[in-house]
Amino acid sequence: MSVVKSDELLKIEKLILYFKTTKGVVQAVDGVDFELGTNRAVVILGESGCGKTSLSKALLRILPRNVEEYSGKVTLQGTDVMTLTDEEYRQNVRWVGISLVPQAAMNALNPVIKVGEQVAEPAMLHLGLNKVEALGLVHKMFQHVGVPADFVERYPFELSGGMRQRVAIAMALVTSPNLIVLDEPTSALDLLTQANIMNVLKRIKRELGTSFILITHDIATSSELADEVAIMYAGQIVETGDAKDFFPAPLHPYSQMLMASVPRLRSESDPIFITGQPPSLMNPPSGCRFAARCPFRFEKCNQEPPVFQKGNRKVKCWLHQ
Amino acid sequence: MMTEIQEAKKMSTKIKEKHEVLLSIRDLHVWYELRRFGFGLAGHVKAVDGVSFELEAGETVAVVGESGCGKSTLMKTILGINIPTAGELIFEGKNLAKLTSNELQKYRFEIGYVQQDPYAALPPFMSIQQILEEPLLISGVKDKDERLERIHKIMSEVKLHPVDDFIHKFPHMLSGGQQQRVVIARAMILEPNLIVADEPVSMLDASVRVEILKLLRALQEKHKLTVIYITHDLSTVKYFSARIFVMYAGNLVEKSETRRLLENPLHPYTMALLAATSDPDAANAETFKDIPPGEPPSLVNPPKGCRFHPRCAKMIQGVCDEKEPIEFEPEPNHFVACWLYQP
Ligand SMILES: Nc1ncnc2c1ncn2[C@@H]1O[C@H](COP(=O)(O)OP(=O)(O)OP(=O)(O)O)[C@@H](O)[C@H]1O
Ligand SMILES: Nc1ncnc2c1ncn2[C@@H]1O[C@H](COP(=O)(O)OP(=O)(O)OP(=O)(O)O)[C@@H](O)[C@H]1O
Ligand code: SF4
Ligand SMILES: [Mg+2]
Ligand SMILES: [Mg+2]
Repeated sequence: MSVVKSDELLKIEKLILYFKTTKGVVQAVDGVDFELGTNRAVVILGESGCGKTSLSKALLRILPRNVEEYSGKVTLQGTDVMTLTDEEYRQNVRWVGISLVPQAAMNALNPVIKVGEQVAEPAMLHLGLNKVEALGLVHKMFQHVGVPADFVERYPFELSGGMRQRVAIAMALVTSPNLIVLDEPTSALDLLTQANIMNVLKRIKRELGTSFILITHDIATSSELADEVAIMYAGQIVETGDAKDFFPAPLHPYSQMLMASVPRLRSESDPIFITGQPPSLMNPPSGCRFAARCPFRFEKCNQEPPVFQKGNRKVKCWLHQ
Repeated sequence: MMTEIQEAKKMSTKIKEKHEVLLSIRDLHVWYELRRFGFGLAGHVKAVDGVSFELEAGETVAVVGESGCGKSTLMKTILGINIPTAGELIFEGKNLAKLTSNELQKYRFEIGYVQQDPYAALPPFMSIQQILEEPLLISGVKDKDERLERIHKIMSEVKLHPVDDFIHKFPHMLSGGQQQRVVIARAMILEPNLIVADEPVSMLDASVRVEILKLLRALQEKHKLTVIYITHDLSTVKYFSARIFVMYAGNLVEKSETRRLLENPLHPYTMALLAATSDPDAANAETFKDIPPGEPPSLVNPPKGCRFHPRCAKMIQGVCDEKEPIEFEPEPNHFVACWLYQP
């Protein structure tokens, strides 16, 4: 049984992104499937190196030179965007359909251009606005993200990290895309600033109806925005489901152990750790990729598990056959 | 009421006297000179500005605060790397300022330092054996066999085993968690009394974090170490430290036993930190958090009065923006620098 969402915005099927290196092929994104509805937020959670940033690059077609394989189907609002040429993709998808706040975006602003002009640029290029119109839009976006209006005249070095991150979010927002991908948007920021940025994202979601893909390894903070959760392990999505089902009772053994490793302020639970390390993405094991670390593994786990559907949830583990 | 508190205070100092004070810090100020090209001295960065506390042997304490509030400066001063601008540091009864350079060298061997970033902390061209041997050589352990024996012992204590698999490896061949174990082994190899762990897990993944914190905890218990744990993550503190100090803009604004602080935070800044700390819960997405606006102040020209007052919802006009708060003790052994608690 497959659940068809009437308001489907994005559907990803068998997305693959492999890199060529001198030592072998890195299978960074290895057959990722998921769907996202309008005005919904999904968080993609996983440990360092599991392929989160590569997934965002595959989605936004920001590819390095050493690509070995790039394939799959990505449907955005009914259009199969993988069949578009690079030029068509740039014209019709990037910025106006999906925009990206890259990892460490706040340090990637151009140091010699005023932040107002930097945010105006995508609006001029992709919406065909003149400078005055674009700057008018920038003022509106700054209001949404909580940057004082007079900051348009400032240079990046004159802003704090938190303010620069808000500017980076405003830039992703200025072309009014339906979907924004955020790669670790708060991990370099202070606690209070993180909480303020999460408030900003929630407000944008309510006021503008935007959808979000939030990529992070910060499980607690991710719950501030998540409608849905996708757990990534060694290049693959091993579990997806609604946040309200996932957080209290994750299904996949990896998800369960990951959740149990989170120290909690408001409970006495003793956090645990997962022994061992994730497998190499150059030579991933042929069966379940988590098997070597899994306390529940049995003979079946030597074969790759398919994705099993459990109500609204999906899980790639033989225990749920 | 007042007398009760004073009684309790007397009691607590009495109890304290029974324990051995390892480190005592009195009104410590550490300022950096701020020079602008062509202008000479342009002011001071008042990174630590009036900090006092005592640490007993075997105690664990966490220093919590946001980036730039002066945590590392405070620790580097304790390590003898920074020189205090004013105030005193007494370690095992000795005033740090009065030590000869020889004594200072010895003092540094008595403190182990676990840095924030294992990748930056380990020299890339040295093997694990060379990295761990260096402090032994510097501290004058001349016998090669003794050095090797101590290296083997500490490596198995931090669970880098089988030792022979790791000892000849270089840092880049290890995972982040294993590298942090090497950093801990190096900090422990001279058998210090005091360990300063400056954000020891903030660069690591969730599960590896727990692994390393549990290792530090086990070493602390086994060797009765005194540990200062610096972090910006309040959710890890209760697993690790009996006491907690909250730092804001160069000051310790609240000092308390950890559980009491988590249950009954007194300073408005501490309350904000707690409110900003999430536990994973789907209900979080439904509400907005009440977080003070703005950013921590400049430490060159900090605000007059309470340094938190421009962001504080409970600010008392004419008081908080005028006079620097003194430390009050609204309940025994729970100290807070905030005018709301003036009796
Ligand atoms: N251009 C590239 N060429 C070769 N390998 C790459 C390239 N980009 C990423 N990788 C590798 O692909 C894997 C996944 O990397 P990716 O950056 O997607 O992980 P991540 O989940 O975003 O990690 P982090 O949480 O540390 O940001 C890693 O092993 C990484 O070293
Ligand atoms: N050597 C130095 N010269 C001048 N200013 C310095 C120096 N070292 C630190 N500072 C400043 O002193 C203040 C306190 O810095 P410190 O490194 O102690 O903060 P911290 O609390 O450890 O921050 P973080 O959490 O980012 O590590 C900051 O404003 C910093 O810029
Ligand atoms: S002293 Fe005043 S401004 Fe400072 S924290 Fe207390 S109430 Fe707020
Ligand atoms: Mg990444
Ligand atoms: Mg620091």
